[in-house]
Amino acid sequence: MKKDIILAGVGGQGILSIAAIIGHAAVETGLYLKQAEVHGMSQRGGDVQSNLRLSDKPIASDLIPHGKADMILSVEPMESLRYLPFLSPEGWVVTNTKPYINIPDYPNEEDLMAEIGKLPHHVALDAESIAAELGTIKAANIVMLGAASPFLDLEYEKIKNAIVFFFGRKGQDLVDLNLKALEAGREFAQKNMN
Amino acid sequence: MQKLLLLGDEAIAQAAIDAGLSGIYAYPGTPSTEITQYVISSKEAKEKGIVATWTANEKTSAEAALGMSYAGKRAMTCMKHVGLNVAADAFINSSITGANGGIIFVVADDPSMHSSQNEQDSRFYGKFAMIPILEPTDQQEAYDMVHYGFDLSERFQVPVMMRITTRLAHSRAGVQRKSSRKPNELKLPENLKQFILLPAIARKQYKVLLENQVHFEQEAENSTYNTYTPGNDKSMGIIACGLAHNYLMENYPERDIPYPVVKVSQYPAPEEMIRKLYDECESILVLEEGYPLVEELLKGLLNKGKKIKGRLDGSIPRDGELNPAIVGKALGFDIPELTPIPSLVSNRPPSLCKGCSHIDSYNGLNEALEKYGKGRVFADIGCYTLGALAPYDAINTCVDMGASITMAKGAADAGLKPSVAVIGDSTFTHSGITGLLDAVNDKSSITVFILDNATTGMTGGQPSSALGKIEDICRGLGVEEEHIRIIKPLSKKHEENLAVIREELEYDGVSVIIPRRECIQTLNKRMREKFKAKAQEEKS
Ligand SMILES: Cc1ncc(C[n+]2csc(CCOP(=O)(O)OP(=O)(O)O)c2C)c(N)n1
Repeated sequence: MKKDIILAGVGGQGILSIAAIIGHAAVETGLYLKQAEVHGMSQRGGDVQSNLRLSDKPIASDLIPHGKADMILSVEPMESLRYLPFLSPEGWVVTNTKPYINIPDYPNEEDLMAEIGKLPHHVALDAESIAAELGTIKAANIVMLGAASPFLDLEYEKIKNAIVFFFGRKGQDLVDLNLKALEAGREFAQKNMN
Repeated sequence: MQKLLLLGDEAIAQAAIDAGLSGIYAYPGTPSTEITQYVISSKEAKEKGIVATWTANEKTSAEAALGMSYAGKRAMTCMKHVGLNVAADAFINSSITGANGGIIFVVADDPSMHSSQNEQDSRFYGKFAMIPILEPTDQQEAYDMVHYGFDLSERFQVPVMMRITTRLAHSRAGVQRKSSRKPNELKLPENLKQFILLPAIARKQYKVLLENQVHFEQEAENSTYNTYTPGNDKSMGIIACGLAHNYLMENYPERDIPYPVVKVSQYPAPEEMIRKLYDECESILVLEEGYPLVEELLKGLLNKGKKIKGRLDGSIPRDGELNPAIVGKALGFDIPELTPIPSLVSNRPPSLCKGCSHIDSYNGLNEALEKYGKGRVFADIGCYTLGALAPYDAINTCVDMGASITMAKGAADAGLKPSVAVIGDSTFTHSGITGLLDAVNDKSSITVFILDNATTGMTGGQPSSALGKIEDICRGLGVEEEHIRIIKPLSKKHEENLAVIREELEYDGVSVIIPRRECIQTLNKRMREKFKAKAQEEKS
């Protein structure tokens, strides 16, 4: 088993929390893991990514080779396209559709969605709206994780356990909310794989 | 013991705690910050009484660590690559004094300049100082090498350098801990003159260092971190240093590398191993993260031997960090045609946070300078360097920490008036103070903005050594009381601030303007914690 995942977003959007949850589930499964993160300057509103590598064999490189990623999981639509050179021809793009506009030359949104629509394997969802229906847009990242979950080759139970592990300290309400967010994202992906 | 999932930086920190560390000193700098941060936040380190502290700059860190080594205890000092420029005097001379308690200089390089002004390769400093260098390949090796490094340092009474790069510093993997050992007892050097570098003593000490070179080479030869792996295809031999070894492996998923390989993770480079490789192979490929250090050694000035491939002959790009594709190409693999990035994707550079006080400072400064024209703002390093970008376009230089004040002075001496310096509070105490003293002593005509957001913002909000001291420092240096002006950078105070700035730009002498408002990130964090504490209180 090998899963190379690029997590993408904008500094401050919290992609590292998604990485931490997947990482926890992977370690519980007994997999090897390497996760390269971006710290420093880019965290100030710049484009950020994290290379998350899971495997049942020891992993050599901290960076995913070009053209080998199994998935790009992006919490921002334009950022989902920035790492296409890393995606394998069979790889999936799972992306949020809610733009984060902090630059003057952000592309036209229709063009952007059309570009995402052209990708051979993709799931695109408005994670904020789905999370808002459940009660808080703060759970949007967990909705995204749910949407990625069918492609992760990790037992769904293990991912749920990781959510319990991470939110447990903050009370049962938050655990339940995030489990619902996870499920909502997962359901969306299962119905809307393109 | 269960494996811990740690960043390379954190692995080094945990290893230091486990290896009997007594003190760690650092000034923050990406990608080294998380080492010291980890020890500062570690309950275990606190219980063990380990001193863990942010200092004014890298030189003061290095010297404090050397003092701890003098007293017989294990010390670590951590910095980013350019931090070693600041600490270089202490670093190079510490190789002559030698060590007493084990001391490790951890230096984190940033090839590709993700968060830096350059991509200098610290291995050259290690070679310059003629001390052993450790360059871990992965997080586990980083952990193990700290124990080994302290031992090496104590055995040869010499400081040891550990060189890492961004990808290891900021990448997480499982790390197996060792059992922890006790710190050293306080014990002065046997020779109480060892650390006095008067010429007569320094000459002797230097000879000791020179005599040790052969031992350092022997250590590298026998080190388990340096390996020779045979291969049948002798058309090429490969030398892979540190992280580069991972990228080599990545290109052979079954690990069936046909060529002989020397892995180098400890320097001086293992001469015997490399000689064997050179003798048996038709050509050599050198893979190293950073500058072509080993490649230059092999090639020599005249390059009369076998073909050496690497950064110098174009097999590998001359600049930037390595990755699996670059290494794959150098190995002769076809790299498949890649999906291009769609043209509509635009760049997203970092930017000042919404609500950042620097925005208001720049709005004031820009407007006040309109009548003089552009090109007169000497800035420094920190979040406020982002004032170089649109829409502010407010600064003209960013060179090295502290250079704002001194460059503004030089330009003022040349006749540029007004000449403005912009420096952050932490950068000011890092290395702005001495430059301000120069300006005061020469009565240079400069206006210095000390942007006081009460933190070291760019590196994640570490405490600033300047906190609560800036006016006193300026006064102490001799800046006139009436030209130390404190303003509150807020848009509603824009007109008021503008008047102050205009006045001081006209003053023919040293004036200091201190825009003071807390960093929006640390403020938010403080508020969140307060909110949490309150919620906790209500619960109980
Ligand atoms: C010699 C050196 N050490 C450390 C750094 C890393 N560094 C860059 S900016 C910065 C913090 C600056 O803090 P401050 O001056 O208070 O400005 P702020 O970011 O808070 O605006 C640090 C530590 C560096 N670039 N050079």
